[in-house]
Amino acid sequence: MLQHSYTHTAMSPSVPLQEMIRAIRSARTQCEERGVIQRECAAIRAQFRQADNGGRSHNLAKLLYVHMLGYPAHFGQMECVRMIASSRYSEKRVGYLGAMMLLDEKQDASLLITNSIKNDLSHSNQYVQSLALCTLACMGSAEMCRDLAPEIDRLLRASNSYIKKKAALCAVHIVRKVHELGELFAPAARSLLSEKNHGVLHGAVVLITELCERSSESLERFRKTVPDLVQIMKGLVISGYSPEHDVAGISDPFLQVRLLRLLRILGRNNETASDAMNDLLAQVATNTDSTKTVGNAVLYETVLTVLDIKSESGLRVLAVNILGRFLLNNDRNIRYIAMTSLQKIVGTDHNAVQRHRGTIVDCLKDQDASVKRRALDLSLALVSASNIRSMMKELLLFLSSCPPELRSQAANGIFTAAERYAPSKRWHIDTILHVLITAGGDVRDETVPNLIQLITNTSELHCYTVHKLYRALLSDISQQSLVQVACWCIGEYGDLLLRGDCQEVEPMQVCEDDVLDALETVLQSHMSSTATRGFALTATMKLSTRITDNVDRIRSIVSIYGSCIDLELQQRAVEYNALFKKYDHMRAAVLERMPVIERNSSGLINGDPTGEPVKEVQPSKVKTEVSLPLPQAADQTCDLLDLLSSSEQQPQSPPAAGSSILTQPLGTDCSAGRDLLDLLGGLEPTPPPTAVTVYEKDGVTLTIVCEKQSDSAMTVTLTGFNSSDCDVSSFTLQAAVPKSVQLHMKAPSGDSLPAGGAAKVTQVVLLNNPNKVNLKMRIRVSYSCRGSTVQETVQVDSFPGL
Amino acid sequence: MQFMLLFSRQGKLRLQKWYVPLCDKEKKKITRELLQTVLARKPKMCSFLEWRDLKVVYKRYASLYFCCAIENQDNELITLEIIHRYVELLDKYFGSVCELDIIFNFEKAYFILDEFLLGGEAQETSKKNVLKAIEQADLLQEPRHEYFNVPVY
Repeated sequence: MLQHSYTHTAMSPSVPLQEMIRAIRSARTQCEERGVIQRECAAIRAQFRQADNGGRSHNLAKLLYVHMLGYPAHFGQMECVRMIASSRYSEKRVGYLGAMMLLDEKQDASLLITNSIKNDLSHSNQYVQSLALCTLACMGSAEMCRDLAPEIDRLLRASNSYIKKKAALCAVHIVRKVHELGELFAPAARSLLSEKNHGVLHGAVVLITELCERSSESLERFRKTVPDLVQIMKGLVISGYSPEHDVAGISDPFLQVRLLRLLRILGRNNETASDAMNDLLAQVATNTDSTKTVGNAVLYETVLTVLDIKSESGLRVLAVNILGRFLLNNDRNIRYIAMTSLQKIVGTDHNAVQRHRGTIVDCLKDQDASVKRRALDLSLALVSASNIRSMMKELLLFLSSCPPELRSQAANGIFTAAERYAPSKRWHIDTILHVLITAGGDVRDETVPNLIQLITNTSELHCYTVHKLYRALLSDISQQSLVQVACWCIGEYGDLLLRGDCQEVEPMQVCEDDVLDALETVLQSHMSSTATRGFALTATMKLSTRITDNVDRIRSIVSIYGSCIDLELQQRAVEYNALFKKYDHMRAAVLERMPVIERNSSGLINGDPTGEPVKEVQPSKVKTEVSLPLPQAADQTCDLLDLLSSSEQQPQSPPAAGSSILTQPLGTDCSAGRDLLDLLGGLEPTPPPTAVTVYEKDGVTLTIVCEKQSDSAMTVTLTGFNSSDCDVSSFTLQAAVPKSVQLHMKAPSGDSLPAGGAAKVTQVVLLNNPNKVNLKMRIRVSYSCRGSTVQETVQVDSFPGL
Repeated sequence: MQFMLLFSRQGKLRLQKWYVPLCDKEKKKITRELLQTVLARKPKMCSFLEWRDLKVVYKRYASLYFCCAIENQDNELITLEIIHRYVELLDKYFGSVCELDIIFNFEKAYFILDEFLLGGEAQETSKKNVLKAIEQADLLQEPRHEYFNVPVY
């Protein structure tokens, strides 16, 4: 057996227990073990029933061991109760241990020990008191806590340090169970702060922390202790070497960490308290040795405190720099901690965190999945207009090799970032395609319509896009979202594909049969979902007006699917068949090129926050992603500038399609092709709306186009144009309307107008005039040109098109 | 701290200290899942992981994993120090502790833990004081002469 040299510890091993353990361990199979356990349990039960034989503690210990192996031990509960009431210390000790292991507050038997605990709390021997305190703090129910709270309070005030420190933590447990009892312990807690014993101080700090977290009155009251806490902390930091509490050169790091945490709570949102601790925090931050984990533990807590209270900017910078150093630490744990902390402040101290972007991005390549996850969260938060290209490279690289549990988050994060900061449409489309190819299965459902909308809006890239998608389709048809978009594009822009004269891709000869082959492969593949096959079928149908030779082939495909088992496909095929037969004269019109799809607003509105909460529209606030530039100084003389009336706007409710962000001009659902035939009912040619110039100066013009949406609603599209030979930047528009008219300005497409009319800025304004007042609008145009700012206001009295 | 688990590489539980009230079934479920998660991790990985809504801090000492579940406001790095302190205490008490010591004297391991942590928080930050208290408490144990094989001081 084990032979140890017992020098100063009086360890008397429980031999009966050890014999049993040996017997259990020597069992070779699970079955054998069960046999041994059963025998032993029977013996233990028998022993329990016997009169006191001096071996009770060993028996109970055996039972506890058996319990730890996972076997039932509830028949020992009453024995625990009996043992706790014994006068023998060994029996009490094991009895209380048993209580903590077998009795939780949900058991009725736990109440039976309340009296024993009460008695033992006033026992003459402090080690017995200790057992009672420990057990109460471990498993005391609310009822027990209420019962014994006064006892604990008494011990907090009048006992030795050994007991006081335990009573303090016991009080913590009581407060957690019965919040109101916090009041009871507050005075005692306060006075404990003047003790010298570290154990007591530690307990006191934990107790005060608990009290302050639970009640704001306590928080107010204990704020007065900040100077005392600062003193204690200073003592620890500056004091000489104290062997009893030293850990690798840090004096009592456990106490230091708890002090810092309490200071954090007290300094939060309070200038005075924060000021009082400023110097101390600076001192700890600079003087703490960071070569070992223990020092870093203290620094970590310090950083958390600095960043949470109202600290001076210099101190904040110091804190972020510490995190920056952590990021470079060899120890992976420290890097992880750093990123968790940086995540908390990336919103408020964005620039400071940006400085460490390189290191954070490197952590994407770390082996550890937790570190990777942190790095991903942070990286996505750090994407900005200026670093989008390089960041996206890293993120796409990450996506191709990231662990499966992170793919969805990565893909969706990439989409959001691309949406926000795409430097060009082509880049945007390429990025989305890349993601679909790499992780098409992990993206959100609305990606497909979003991408389709993006593609339709980028008319100059139709040719490029359809070529790329076609190629992607040829190589892999397993990613449903990609296949769906590809089919849709081929159906829509198949003619461009066949013409084959796209500049930006390698030349590729595509003949009609190839295209139809590709679509048919999708139709027939077992990998294609029903939705995907629907896309493919519709695309095939659309091609009938875009190709010349193989229309018969399309006719036959469509008629075959007329008897397809899948109801959805069958319906489509039957309808398309009808289009061929009875409505052939309308086929061209029905299947013609889709109009540009109106964007309801930015893609963020789908209710999916990207890490920043989407603020609710409240009377005095505005949706964050819609920039509503309100002039700071209202022009008092003009009562049209009652801009706060715009706060009565309701969020634009998308017509027809519930939460879909797409609104077709004719108000139908956009799942491509599905409601194509609904167009048969609503197709009437509308004359193109006329643009009226409302502002013109030095080559910079602003035109408006109005469209009535309903009886009282209309959209006004403002277009800025620059035909001069100097660049215009910071081009912003502000609008004001009469009081009862509701105004909603959507985000402008941009704010720069390069010289020579290379690009224009459009901004859509939604107006609702329910009272049918005389509609007027004041528009303030402001921009910078040749270094100087231009600001002009124009009034629009008549709206053409109404 | 919500709970602390000690287990071997083979997934055998050697010590479980729960500071939150849960029924046996719950405890077993949590133990099973958490053990699986921690044992699946590779050697060089981070000592911290997010599990359910808790933070888990673990460290391996020889053949034993020491695993603590802490709350969101708790400091992970100091928890590592707490684990280390506990190991040091065991080491001092048993004299170069190994897993077998903890198996055959599991109740002592608990007694030592209960002298170091109370209600999930550290109660004594001085190593010396913890060991002294255990020593004194051990002296109170009534000896059983039949099972004597070591002298009592």
